[in-house]
Amino acid sequence: MTARLVPEPATPVAGEAAGAVSRLELAAFRNYRRLELAVTARPVVLFGPNGAGKTNLLEALSLLTPGRGLRRARLAELDHRGGGRFRLRARVETVDGPREVESWHDPENGRRVLAVDGAACRSSAELARLCAMVWLTPAMDRILVEGPAGRRRFLDRLTLALYPDHAARVTAFERAMRERAHLLRSRRPDPVWLDALERRMAQAAVAIAAARRDLVAGLEAELARGVEGFPSARLALAGEVEEALGRMSALEVEQWLAGRLAESRTADAEGGGAAHGTHRSDLLVFLRAGEVPAAACSTGQQKALLLAVLLAETRLRRARAGDWPVLLLDEVAAHLDAERRRALFEALVAMGAQCWLTGTDAELFRPLFGRAAVFHLNEATLREHG
Amino acid sequence: MAAAEIDRLIRLLARLPGLGPRSAQRAALAMLRRPEVLMTPLAQALLECASRIGRCRVCGNLDSRDPCTICSDEGRDAALVCVVEEVEDLWAMERASSFRGRYHVLGGTLSALEEVGPDELGIGRLLARVAEDAVREVILGLGATVEGQTTAHYLAERLRPLGVTVTRLGQGVPIGGELNYLDEGTLDAALRARRPVG
Repeated sequence: MTARLVPEPATPVAGEAAGAVSRLELAAFRNYRRLELAVTARPVVLFGPNGAGKTNLLEALSLLTPGRGLRRARLAELDHRGGGRFRLRARVETVDGPREVESWHDPENGRRVLAVDGAACRSSAELARLCAMVWLTPAMDRILVEGPAGRRRFLDRLTLALYPDHAARVTAFERAMRERAHLLRSRRPDPVWLDALERRMAQAAVAIAAARRDLVAGLEAELARGVEGFPSARLALAGEVEEALGRMSALEVEQWLAGRLAESRTADAEGGGAAHGTHRSDLLVFLRAGEVPAAACSTGQQKALLLAVLLAETRLRRARAGDWPVLLLDEVAAHLDAERRRALFEALVAMGAQCWLTGTDAELFRPLFGRAAVFHLNEATLREHG
Repeated sequence: MAAAEIDRLIRLLARLPGLGPRSAQRAALAMLRRPEVLMTPLAQALLECASRIGRCRVCGNLDSRDPCTICSDEGRDAALVCVVEEVEDLWAMERASSFRGRYHVLGGTLSALEEVGPDELGIGRLLARVAEDAVREVILGLGATVEGQTTAHYLAERLRPLGVTVTRLGQGVPIGGELNYLDEGTLDAALRARRPVG
């Protein structure tokens, strides 16, 4: 099931295309035994029946950034069912030239290993700096109407594309919060130990909130410029730490939050978790015209709002980091009407960011034919279309 | 099918950190192929370490002497104590050869989730040592991880009432490092730890 499709690009991808994945190799990944794929920075369309492996391919790409990928899967789920541990290798065109990113399931310690240019990647930030990925999948269809957890994840993924340290800070905050919750449940929790953990939480939370605030301000500026054919979204952050940073210095917020956490120990011991912190914040999304909350919009409008945010994010990363994020849009085209679909395709082509689109029907992507690499995917085998 | 003795050897090797079943098998086979060169000397060294090496009752270092060579060295400043997480951190400090005080090896960091508390780390022993040995300064040489920093904060708070000076290792720009290549976290730490020039 090896597919070698497009020859290597004859000329190196220019700086204009920085951020794109130009080559991808999968081994023992989900339903792929082997796959080799070389593409340019143009949009990539993957169409084929359900279960062909379209989302799996996007998931493999999403694993070129820190975290658990677009399905948030456990490692064992990523291995091929027929046996073997997965291995991914990709060439990413960065602002500093091509870099090789690898990731595999290490059987010795049961962890996902990351390497850049053959050397172990020391931190998630190093990888996040190299390339950014943002995605929209059917599993995210309801994030604008459901609880804040999905929106927070979306927000943090967007923040990571601008702040490579963000994932590590979120992990540090959660780790300290879990430690504190565990300690609070013990018989006689040591107050000095609790102090120390609350200081760690407060320090991480301030960094997290500051990055989120900066991201949302940047996105707001981009969204105000608008994308033709898309409803204009307005974003706001709801969270006490984010709000506190609007009126106090970072150091003051750190002390204030540590104090609030100390006050809430009794309640937190009973309720579990923590009453204060960035883990309770929310991303509010509105339709700019009329300030309509996204939850009150139609499903199609919600999807369009999320896409408008992703497009704004794409321009923002380009402006700040000099490269484009890779957009992974799983089954997105099917939920847009023809006019909006065309608007999306035009925006993608005009921007120059690499975008991977999936769908069951090739016809949906007709406006992209000639301007995108189009592949038919069936049973983990790729065939160039047309 | 390997003999039961070899199987046991592989199983025991695989329990060591950094070794999985595959690398344990490789190591065992390498030894079995060259027993005189690789296996017998290793077996002797293992027995020797098992019988002679122990924890220093003062600082927690691993040594054949108790108190350990460092704690017994009169030339080292007993009033200056550097607290480290593990023995390998002590070795790293010694490699740098710029510290002439003594150590305190915690043997880990505070972790509620892993049930490692102040008692498991022998923090009481450190506090007693500071009080009894007229320690002037405690240097916290702990990692910049959540657990390392939590432990550092905890120790600083517990040491404060004893009137001892508590410092920690600087964090920030590495020797030979360029600002342009530093991540935001390191730069932030470097800014917080800035100091007057001269």
